[in-house]
Amino acid sequence: MDKLLEIKDLYIEAWSEERWQTIVNGISLELNRGEVLGLIGESGAGKSTIGLAAMGYTRQGCRLTSGSIKLDGRELFGASQKYLRSIRGTRIAYVAQSAAASFNPSHRVIRQYTEAPVLKGLMSQKEAEQKAVEIYHRLFLPNPEKIGYRYPHELSGGQLQRAMVAMAMSCQPDVIVFDEPTTALDVTTQIEVLAAIKEITETMNKAALYITHDLAVVAQVAHRIMVLRYGDMVELGETREMLKNPKEQYTRDLLSVRTLREEKAETEKEKIILEVKDVEATYTGREKVLQDINVTVRRGRTVALVGESGSGKSTLAKVITGLLPAIKGTITFLGKELHPELRKRDKENLRKMQMIYQMPDTALNPRHRVRTVIGRPLKFYFGMKGQEAEDRIKELLDKIELTPEKYIDRLTTELSGGEKQRICIARALAAEPELIICDEVTSALDQLVAEGILALLQDLQNELHVSYLFITHDLATVKAISDKIVIMLEGRIVEQGGKQEILAPPHHEYTDKLLASVPEMDPDWLDSLLAERASSFI
Amino acid sequence: MLKILRQSPLSARIGLGIVLLNILVAIFAPVIAPYGETTVVGNVWELFSRQFYFGTDHVGRDLFSRMVFGARNTIALAFVTTALSFFIGIVLGFFAATLGGWTDQILSRIIDIIMAFPTLIFALMILSVVGSSVYTLIFTIAVLDSTRVYRLSRAVAMDIEVMEFVEAARLRGEGLWWLMRHEILPNAMPPLVAEFGLRFCFVFLFIAALSFLGLGLQPPTADWGGMVRENAGAITFGIYTPLLPAGAIAFLTVGVNLIVDWFLHIASGLHD
Repeated sequence: MDKLLEIKDLYIEAWSEERWQTIVNGISLELNRGEVLGLIGESGAGKSTIGLAAMGYTRQGCRLTSGSIKLDGRELFGASQKYLRSIRGTRIAYVAQSAAASFNPSHRVIRQYTEAPVLKGLMSQKEAEQKAVEIYHRLFLPNPEKIGYRYPHELSGGQLQRAMVAMAMSCQPDVIVFDEPTTALDVTTQIEVLAAIKEITETMNKAALYITHDLAVVAQVAHRIMVLRYGDMVELGETREMLKNPKEQYTRDLLSVRTLREEKAETEKEKIILEVKDVEATYTGREKVLQDINVTVRRGRTVALVGESGSGKSTLAKVITGLLPAIKGTITFLGKELHPELRKRDKENLRKMQMIYQMPDTALNPRHRVRTVIGRPLKFYFGMKGQEAEDRIKELLDKIELTPEKYIDRLTTELSGGEKQRICIARALAAEPELIICDEVTSALDQLVAEGILALLQDLQNELHVSYLFITHDLATVKAISDKIVIMLEGRIVEQGGKQEILAPPHHEYTDKLLASVPEMDPDWLDSLLAERASSFI
Repeated sequence: MLKILRQSPLSARIGLGIVLLNILVAIFAPVIAPYGETTVVGNVWELFSRQFYFGTDHVGRDLFSRMVFGARNTIALAFVTTALSFFIGIVLGFFAATLGGWTDQILSRIIDIIMAFPTLIFALMILSVVGSSVYTLIFTIAVLDSTRVYRLSRAVAMDIEVMEFVEAARLRGEGLWWLMRHEILPNAMPPLVAEFGLRFCFVFLFIAALSFLGLGLQPPTADWGGMVRENAGAITFGIYTPLLPAGAIAFLTVGVNLIVDWFLHIASGLHD
């Protein structure tokens, strides 16, 4: 085997809180030709930092302190900028998480592909374009001869991500660093990208670092897996071996899938909180984005709304909250029909229906302190002031398991993702709602943090008997917490019913595809799935 | 506040020093100035001497005394005008961004119409109709300047308005004022503060231009911009006294912008 990349005792520091803090703590790794090494861990584990360091690069505010990074025997640590520039793209390439943000929107996709090889003088524009088409073909992009001549906004997220992989291949590098290439994608598109990555690394004999926080994903593509936490290596091993018997507790935590809610069938006796009947909605006035929507939520229950992006899940939330008035149908909340428009609803109804968002970063005003965020609904809905409000804020912070004294005066920007999401929950709870709409509340969070949030929501439901309408594309979450599942496709409900009923066969055709697309902790899962799909085409 | 001041970088302290110096000079003008604001004490365009530190102007008044008194008019006028124009611009801009629809259309088109006229000509028109007093001057310049502020604050607010925390506040049922004051304004601060520093300087020049045309501050009141204009002719004779009021403007501008930079640094939460 020939060693392509060799990192030894790598230490990286970052400037934060007025001093240099170690964020990568003496990591060593080796990468051979034809091998894929998975780097896995939660955010802040140092995965991306190591991925970038493999190219001799650090983000602003970080520095390589000591260690050695050898690419094909040549030292990159302390190498000249000129040398580093010459190898980047040609010998080692990088695929970023969000392809949509990494493409220049005003150039055609293929021009961005050919830019590097033409600039480096490896091939002419024409040759590069031919090569691009060839690679698009290998990556199973639809219509490979033409697709490159489109603009990035004319491609879907999954296609862009594959075009990005193609771009990384343009100069035929030996090593590719994939930094969470499928995290932003739906389960069904994720498969296409994973298949493309597998094809490239296997048939072209490349080495790759695959960075992700999803163990089930990395199990499909990596030969070996390294588990990282807080910049330290937790465990390193062969994929199959690690999945079969993980040595460390942390790895076991990552591997375990928990069920948080026991199945209890809904009964007719439970009060109906929300009833959506025959609702239709549109953005443009012509095309209907929602049609024939009928959903009921009972008191103290969780209804999961599942579907790919673009299926209308979030739109339905907008219609229920009144941000997008329905053009047909009725929404009955607590026995009374709601006005379709937000502005015409009374304060009491607004109070009883709260919302928690997907991105806690944008759902909290970065200039507000925790005290204001939680205190405002108290003042707004209940007129609480002074000591009374202060006590209630502390009580709520206790409820979401954050120490009141430590957090009450913090700016929202001074919190981690999980803490922010907890504050969002506290803000919703402050209004003492009957129904909380949770829009993908865990999809921006790490696995363990997300599980913490789900457990918290569960505890709160048991205690306060609040109902949840849970919007998600993550079926593991659905399995963990829901009582009832509603599956949506292209603005319509295709199937709905109790959890067991939906998850047990026979499924609706689409439900089947959705369920089958969720990666399993089985390294052969992707191959067998692809084989199955290929045979069904023939 | 004191804590923030203690942590301020050197550049900000210099800026604060400059602005403070100017303000002190303005306040204690009658004590500092050796001669009156408008009294003729020497010959035309005398050079620097023990008697006249900065020489004399085109009618023989002491330039140093006039600059000291000029600080009063100029700084107060520029500050009040800029503040007023920002108030108008921000309120209207935020209104347009948060309400959207027809409100936005109507406000924006009116602003476009005002902006279609060259500012100076528009100001001349208004001032010659309503007459030139300090108040009309402040108001006219503020309104004309606020069109630029409107554009900026509307654009910034539009970006913030689509964020989920604003949506969350709307869902809570918050009124317009809360949305503008508590959700949008704090996040729009950095670009607006930067613009303030810039606009503040432009106001000097604008007043000077108006003074030159006889519609700004009326002589014999001293203002720095006007003094540059009055004495500009001296340059052709190789006398550089008119550079002094110009230098004073530059000096104050640098000071204000040093503070603005520092403010920006704090407000944006950037740490190198």
